[in-house]
Amino acid sequence: MTKENHNSKSMFHGFWALTNRDLKKWYKEPILLFMSIIQPVLWMGLLGKAMNIGGILTGNSVSLSGIEGNLNLSPSILQAAAKDQTLQAVMSALQNYFSSPQFSTQIMKQTFGVSNYFSFMAIGMLSFVVVFTAMFSGMSIVWDRRLGFLNKALSTPVPRGAIIMAKVLNSVIRSLIQAAIVIVIAWLLGIQFGATFSVLSLLVAFAGLFLMCLGLSSLFLAIAIRSTKWETQMAVVNLLNLPLLFTSNALFPTNFMPSWLKTVSKFNPITYGTDVARQMIINSSVSLWGIGPGHLLFDFLFLGCFALVFAGVGIFLSVRYLSR
Amino acid sequence: MDDVISVEGLTKVFNGTLTAVDHVNFSVHQGEIFGFLGPNGAGKTTTIHMLTTVLKPTEGSGRVCEYSIREDPTEVRYCIGVVPQEYTADEDLTGIENILLCADMYGLPRSESKERAKELLALVELSQFADKKVETYSGGMRRRLELACGLINRPRVLFLDEPTLGLDVQTRAATWNYIKKLKEQFHMTIFMTTHYLEEADNLCDRIAIIDRGKIIKLDTPEALKESIGGDILTVSTKEGDDDVTGLIGKIPRVREVKKQDSTYRVKVEKGEETAPLVLNALMKQGVTMTKLSLSKPTLDEVYLEYTGKTMREEEGGDSVFRQRMTLRRARQ
Repeated sequence: MTKENHNSKSMFHGFWALTNRDLKKWYKEPILLFMSIIQPVLWMGLLGKAMNIGGILTGNSVSLSGIEGNLNLSPSILQAAAKDQTLQAVMSALQNYFSSPQFSTQIMKQTFGVSNYFSFMAIGMLSFVVVFTAMFSGMSIVWDRRLGFLNKALSTPVPRGAIIMAKVLNSVIRSLIQAAIVIVIAWLLGIQFGATFSVLSLLVAFAGLFLMCLGLSSLFLAIAIRSTKWETQMAVVNLLNLPLLFTSNALFPTNFMPSWLKTVSKFNPITYGTDVARQMIINSSVSLWGIGPGHLLFDFLFLGCFALVFAGVGIFLSVRYLSR
Repeated sequence: MDDVISVEGLTKVFNGTLTAVDHVNFSVHQGEIFGFLGPNGAGKTTTIHMLTTVLKPTEGSGRVCEYSIREDPTEVRYCIGVVPQEYTADEDLTGIENILLCADMYGLPRSESKERAKELLALVELSQFADKKVETYSGGMRRRLELACGLINRPRVLFLDEPTLGLDVQTRAATWNYIKKLKEQFHMTIFMTTHYLEEADNLCDRIAIIDRGKIIKLDTPEALKESIGGDILTVSTKEGDDDVTGLIGKIPRVREVKKQDSTYRVKVEKGEETAPLVLNALMKQGVTMTKLSLSKPTLDEVYLEYTGKTMREEEGGDSVFRQRMTLRRARQ
C-alpha cells in the first residue's frame, strides 16, 4: 500500500486558488471597494477637516485681551503695569506670539507631531480601513460554512491551514490596496507629507500595516472558525471596532490619555501600526512608552510578534477545529 | 480487495449527547452504486461527512480506497470526489472558474486542469455556459456543475449527497442518466444518499435503509421488496362460489392467502410466473373470476415498513438552513 505521489506544489496551488476566489468576488464588484473606503474617507474628509485644531490655536482664536482679569492681578499692579512701557511691550509681544502661526505650529508639533490635525488623522484612517477589513474577514468563513463550500473544501486535499490563511491573505491584500487608495485621497485632500517622505518610507509604512493586518485578520478568523452565525460575527465587529480604535493612537495621541487608557493603548497593535505609518509618511513621531523617537524597531518587533503569534494560532486552530 | 469502502462500527456523537450515526457497518464494492436511504436526520449526511473526512468519527473505523479515514485523511481526499447536497459553486464566478477552483484544490497543474474542465463540462452538457456566471444557472445546471467539480480529480469513488434534492421531474431524470452514465462508462463506484424512494430504486445496486443513525436493512432493491412478502395477487370470484382458499394455498410459491367476502388477497413470490398458475388452477376448478390484479410492492412499502410511519421532527440549525438554501436556488 504505497502512497501515491502527489504534486508537491499542491499546497501553494490550493492556497492561492482559495485566496484568488475571494479576491475575484471583491474586484469584480467595484461597489464593494467603494463601500469599504467611503467610511474612512468620510471620517478623514469631514471630521479630520472640521477638527481644525491648528486653526483653534491661531489668529483670533487665542486672544490675550482681558487676560489681566483672569490673572487676578490687583488694581495697583495693573495701574503700575499701565505705566510701565516695558511690561506693555512684553504683553503685546506675548499677544503677538500666541496669535501667530508659529505658536499653533509649535503646539501641534508637540501634540500631534505634525502641524495639522488632518494629516495626523489621515494616517489613523489607514489603520481604520485595515482594521475594518480585517474584522470582516471572519464573516466570509461563516458564509462558506453556512453555504457548504467549507465542507467541500475540507473534503479536498487542500491543507486545512491554507483554508484559513487564504482568507487572511485575501484580507491583507484587500486592506493594503484600500489603504493605498485612502492615502491617495488624503494626498488630494492636502495631507502634508514629511520631509523625508519617499517611496521607500511608504513601503516601510505598508510593511507595518501588513503585519498589523496579518495579525488582526488571523485573530478575527480564529474567532469565527467554529461559528455558524454571521450575526455573532457582526456583534463581535460592532463590539470591538470603536474600542479598538479609541484605545489606540489612531485618532488622538496617547500622551494625553489617562494613564489606564495609555496602558491599554500600549497593548493595542493598532497603536504600533499607526505609529510606523506616521513616522514614515508624515514624519510625526510622538513618543510612545517614553522611548521617544526612533522606536521604529520596537514598533516592528511588537507587530512582528503579534502577527506571528496570531497567524500561528489561526493555523493551529484551523488544523484542529475546522472540522468537528 | 474488491471493497472500495468498508466501515466498521462507525459512530458520530455530537456534543456528547446526540448520536447521529450509531455503530454502522457496511461495505461498498468496486463499481456499484450504493445508496443510503432514510428520512431527514437519519444520519445519511453525517456518514458521508465522515467518509469524506469532513467530520472526525467519534468511534469505529472506515477505509476508503484502502486508506483509513482516521489515519490517512489526505490520501482518502485524493481518491474521492464529493458532490455535496448544497450548491457550493461560487455564484460570482463562471462555471469554468468554479471547476478550475476545484482542480486547484487538488493541486492539479493548470495545463491539465483546463483540459479536464472542458471534458467535464462537455460531459454534463454545460460547455456553452462555461463562461457564464453561476448565478444565471438553473437548479439542474448547478447540480451538473457540482457533478463536474466532483469528478475533476478522476476519483475512484464518488459521493453524492441527495443528488436531486429540489429538482423537477425532468431534471431529476436527466441527472439520473448522468449518474448511470458514470457507472456504465467509467465503472465508477458511487456512494449516494437520498430520501427519494424511486431514486434509490432506479439507481442503486444495493440499498441500506438507515434510520436514527442505524442501518435497519441492507440489500438489493429487489430483495428488499421481496422481504416484505412478495407480490400481491388479488382475485375476486363470483359471490356464492365455493371457498378456494385451500386450493390456492397449495400452489407453489404462494405464501399466504387471505379471504375477505369473495376476494382473495394472495401473497406470492415472483408474481408474473405464479399468477398464471393460480388462474389455471381456479379455471380447472370451474371458479368464475370477476376481477384480477397483480401489484408489486414498492420501495415505499419497504421503507415505511422499516422506518415506521410517524412524521419526523425537523432537525434544526445549520443543515436545515443549507437545505432551504439549496431548495431555493434549485427553483431559480
